[in-house]
Amino acid sequence: MPDTIEAADLRKTYGETVAVDGIRFSVKKGEIFGFLGPNGAGKTTTMKMITCVSPRTSGTLTVLGMDPELDPAAIKQHLGVVPQETNLDPDFTCFGNLYYYALYFDIQKDEAARRADRLLAFVQLTEKRDVPVEKLSGGMKRRLILARALVNNPDLIILDEPTIGLDPQARHLIWEKLRSLQAQGNTIVMTTHYLDEAARLCDRLVIMDNGKILVEGTPDELVKKYAGHEIVEVEASDDVAACLAGLHVPFEKTGDMIQVAATTDEARKIARTVLDRCQPGRIITRPATLEDVFLKLTGRTLRE
Amino acid sequence: MAGLFAIPNITGRAWMVWYRNLVVFARTWKVNFFPPLVEAILYLFAIGLGIGSYVQQIEGIPYVNFIAPAILAISVMNSAFFECTYGSYVRMYYQKSFDAMIATPLSIEDVIAGELLWGATRSLIYVLIMLPVLAAFGVISLPLALLAIPVAFLGGLMFAGIAMCFTAVTPGIETLNYPAFLFITPMMLFSGTFFPLTLMPVLLQYIALAVLPLTHLVSIMRMLTLPALSWTILLNVVWIVAVAAVFCLLSINLMRRRLIV
Repeated sequence: MPDTIEAADLRKTYGETVAVDGIRFSVKKGEIFGFLGPNGAGKTTTMKMITCVSPRTSGTLTVLGMDPELDPAAIKQHLGVVPQETNLDPDFTCFGNLYYYALYFDIQKDEAARRADRLLAFVQLTEKRDVPVEKLSGGMKRRLILARALVNNPDLIILDEPTIGLDPQARHLIWEKLRSLQAQGNTIVMTTHYLDEAARLCDRLVIMDNGKILVEGTPDELVKKYAGHEIVEVEASDDVAACLAGLHVPFEKTGDMIQVAATTDEARKIARTVLDRCQPGRIITRPATLEDVFLKLTGRTLRE
Repeated sequence: MAGLFAIPNITGRAWMVWYRNLVVFARTWKVNFFPPLVEAILYLFAIGLGIGSYVQQIEGIPYVNFIAPAILAISVMNSAFFECTYGSYVRMYYQKSFDAMIATPLSIEDVIAGELLWGATRSLIYVLIMLPVLAAFGVISLPLALLAIPVAFLGGLMFAGIAMCFTAVTPGIETLNYPAFLFITPMMLFSGTFFPLTLMPVLLQYIALAVLPLTHLVSIMRMLTLPALSWTILLNVVWIVAVAAVFCLLSINLMRRRLIV
């Protein structure tokens, strides 16, 4: 069986600007696959090509075994899309947003009404059923958009920054819903800026920058390979830097901290040595995270 | 250039977009039914009875009867034009409704076709509301005037297509004021609406017939409501069908160019 999404040499240019620069990836059925990267990395453009709303410049792309260029309607029939921008219909209530959206998928009216009510319950908005969408909070709107993406019982769900701007409670609810959707056999593709979110949810992920995929793997693999197991952080000072250099410990200076990547055993040794010989200010050791990988690979320069 | 007149692949799903707009319109029907009703009565009193008491007759026709079909034609123009400029622009740009719709099996061609059909339907509904008012004042002649209803849809489609072309190329919502003031308002005055075209210099008459779509719609409406049928109605109908087809096609392709990048 072919993978749910297969892309090779996928490219997208806008005039002179290269948004996606020859990427290759595949998404397997039933997994949660993440796209990470700084702003302008090409994540959203990739999502738009997958969801058949932006034609690719070159390369191959198949979604659910079909070509977005040739069978967009057939692909979109089985796709659930959560866009980055909230584009709920302000002329309708919560129920209306789901009901009329279902009609666009050629779903019969009584079935559309049933699904709308079931999905309102799924995202815990039943009591807001007849409330106009402008009256909803940001978190409720995102939940309603997630519900809207599910009206057609999609096989593949594409989420572009699903939890952007949400409070921790709302984020946890969305995560829980996404996991339950995965448990029902859905394939999920998401972009996110929140690295803890990616680490929690994604089975596999890629990190993109400047239109290219830098690395691909499971969150654990990537952390071990690119950031080590533990990070020793020491308050930065010229003395400490000179001291570490004298000890031949490789380190990286980031703002007001000096970071040393290490395995778990090494980390204790390094921390002890630094404490004994370098008179540090503050010093901590912590497990390495996806954020360390991300910053290491994409740098610390602001993008916009 | 060829791409701008390519035949778009429109499916029956376009009617779902039309239906969505109809539902929203019907839900606020009290607000929406009022303007055409009031408009018809205001025009009749202010221009028909006011100016009409001095003018009394034009070409042997009572002045109110002369302007009654123009009131219908102007209403067709305004309702479709403003729906597919400001209305469509708001849905496209501010509400992001088109983005949400094209994430479903609907294509952008379906969405724009649905918007155009809705603009034309709105014209039809307005004429449907105005006809009884005009009939009650005895200024139109039934049953031939009932043909104004399908003509309203056709004329509405033409103005919807023209409007959607402006919407497809406008940089922002403010710049839509230009076609509204520089195209629609003059057209409302110089299309044989409140005085016959023949009062203008011959050159201007030809210009009006060539580039002011409303002249043809007023001409058809007048022939139907007076009634004063002539074979020239066919020329008017063909002109409107052709212009409607060209601009609807063009607007769909321009919109795709704007939105699908």
